Amino acid sequence: MNGTLSVIQGFLGGLGRAQFFVLQVVASLPSLLLRPRLLVQQLYHVGQLSMIIIVLSGSFVGMVLALQGYRTLIRFGAEESLGVFVALVIIRELGPVVTALLFAGRAGSALAAELGLMRATDQLSAMEMMAVDPVRRVVAPRFLAGVIAMPLLASIFAVMAIGIAGGHAIGVELLGVDAGSYWSQIRASVGMEDIADGLIKSLVFGFAVSWIAVYQGFHAEPTSEGVARATTSTVVISSLSILALDFVLTAFMFK
Amino acid sequence: MSAPGPMLVRARGLRFAHGSRVIYDDVNVDIARGKVTAIMGPSGSGKTTLLRLIGGQWRPGAGTVEFDGTNVHALGRRALYSLRKRMGMLFQNGALLTDLNVFENVAFPLREQTRLPEPMIRDLVLMKLHAVGLRGARDLFPSQLSGGMSRRVALARAIALDPDLVMFDEPFAGQDPISMGVLMRLIRSLNDALGLTSIVVSHDLQEVLSIADYGYLIADGKVQAQGTADEIRASGHPWVRQFLEGLPDGPVAFHYPATDYAADLLGKAQP
Repeated sequence: MNGTLSVIQGFLGGLGRAQFFVLQVVASLPSLLLRPRLLVQQLYHVGQLSMIIIVLSGSFVGMVLALQGYRTLIRFGAEESLGVFVALVIIRELGPVVTALLFAGRAGSALAAELGLMRATDQLSAMEMMAVDPVRRVVAPRFLAGVIAMPLLASIFAVMAIGIAGGHAIGVELLGVDAGSYWSQIRASVGMEDIADGLIKSLVFGFAVSWIAVYQGFHAEPTSEGVARATTSTVVISSLSILALDFVLTAFMFK
Repeated sequence: MSAPGPMLVRARGLRFAHGSRVIYDDVNVDIARGKVTAIMGPSGSGKTTLLRLIGGQWRPGAGTVEFDGTNVHALGRRALYSLRKRMGMLFQNGALLTDLNVFENVAFPLREQTRLPEPMIRDLVLMKLHAVGLRGARDLFPSQLSGGMSRRVALARAIALDPDLVMFDEPFAGQDPISMGVLMRLIRSLNDALGLTSIVVSHDLQEVLSIADYGYLIADGKVQAQGTADEIRASGHPWVRQFLEGLPDGPVAFHYPATDYAADLLGKAQP
C-alpha cells in the first residue's frame, strides 16, 4: 500500500518537475530568434539525420498496406479503392504514429544521450560557470528542432508510403490497380481535415518526444549508468506516451 | 564602494550536506587576493563542493560565501551570472564542449558574453592559447587531445574573459609527471603574470604545496590544518602526517567500519 503510494507520489513529482522544465524551455525559445544558426544546426541533427530511416520505413509500411489491403478489397471487387485505403490509414494513423516511434528511437535517444553525456562530463556545469544558461543555449534549440522536424518527417513518411515506393509501387505497378482510379479516389476521399488531423497528431507527438528526451537527458545522473538509463527511459516513456496520446487524440477527432 | 580587502573570497560557517551525509560542518575559508591557495583533503571530503559553493551552483545549508564583498547566495540569477563572468573554473577533465574544436572552445565565452568583432576574438583566442602552449592545436577536437592538453585548453578558456578568480578542480589527477609539471608551472606563472587569484583543489599534497602560498586541509567536514606551505609541512597534525607520508592507516582508517574480526569469523554464518 505504502509502496504504491510512494510510486504514485514519485510519478507526480517527476511530472511536476518535467512541466516546470518545459515551461523554462518554452520561455527561452524567443531568444532563438536572435541566433537562428543554433536552430538550423539542430534541425540538421534531429531532422535530416532521421531522413533515411523515415524514407525506408515509410516505403515498407506502404508496401505492406497495399498487399494486405488488396487481398481484402478484391473480395468485394473494390480494389480500385486501394489508394483511399492506404492514404487514409497512413495520413490519419500510421504516418504520425510510426514516424513518432522511429523518431523517438533515432532522434529522441540521441538527444537524451547527448545531453546526458554533457551532464556527465560537466559540460553543462561549465556553461553555467561561464554565465551561459544551458537551457537557453543547449536545450531550447534541440527542443524546438524536434517539434518542427516531427510533422515534416511524418509528411515525408506519408508521401513515401502512399506514392513513390510504397502503396503505388505495389498496388499499381505490381498488382495492376489502375493508376487513374488509385489517385483520383484519393483526391476525392481524402479531405483537408484528414491531413489536419494527421499534422496535429505529429505535432503533439513531436512535442512529447522532444520534451521527454531533453528532460531525461538534462536531468540524467552524471554517470555512465545515468546516461544509459536516460536513453532507455526516453525511448520507453516516449513510445508509451505516443500510443496513449494517439488514443486520446483519435477519440477527440473521431466524430 | 569600500577599498578592496585583502581577501577576495570569504567563506564563513559553511554547512553542507548531501542527503544525510554531512560534507561541511562549520568551515571557514579565506582566499587571499593575488595568491594561490590550495584546498587539500582525502577523496570524498567535498573539495569540489567548495568550488561549487563559491560559484553559486550549489547552496550551503548554513553560512555565507562572499566574493569581493558580495554574498554570492543572496544574488538573483542575473546578478549571479554577471558575477560569474569574474570567475573562471577548470573542471576535473576540462569539460570542453565536445562538438566544438579547440579554437571555438576558447572563443565560446567571448562569443557568448561580448560583442567583440571577429578579428579581435581571433587575436584574443590565439593569445590565450599561446599562453598555454597550444596555439598550434587550435583545429583539433577535444576527442583528439590528451588529458593534460584538455586541461590546458580549459585553462585558456577559463582565463578568456580575464577573470579575477580561477578555480582548479583536481588539475593534477591522473597526469604523468611531465604534464603535471607543465600544469603546475602554468598555474603559478599565469596567476602572477595576469594578477589572478587561484584556488587549487587537489589531493596531491606535495605538488600543490610547492606552488601554493597558503593551504587548507579539509577532512571530516572541518578544516583540520591551515597555513603557509612550510607551516603545513612542519605541522605534526595526524591528518597532515597521514597525507604527506601516504600512510595506509591513521585518521582515515584502513578498515571499513565492521564488527569485531574474531567474533565475525567464529560467529554463526548469516543466512
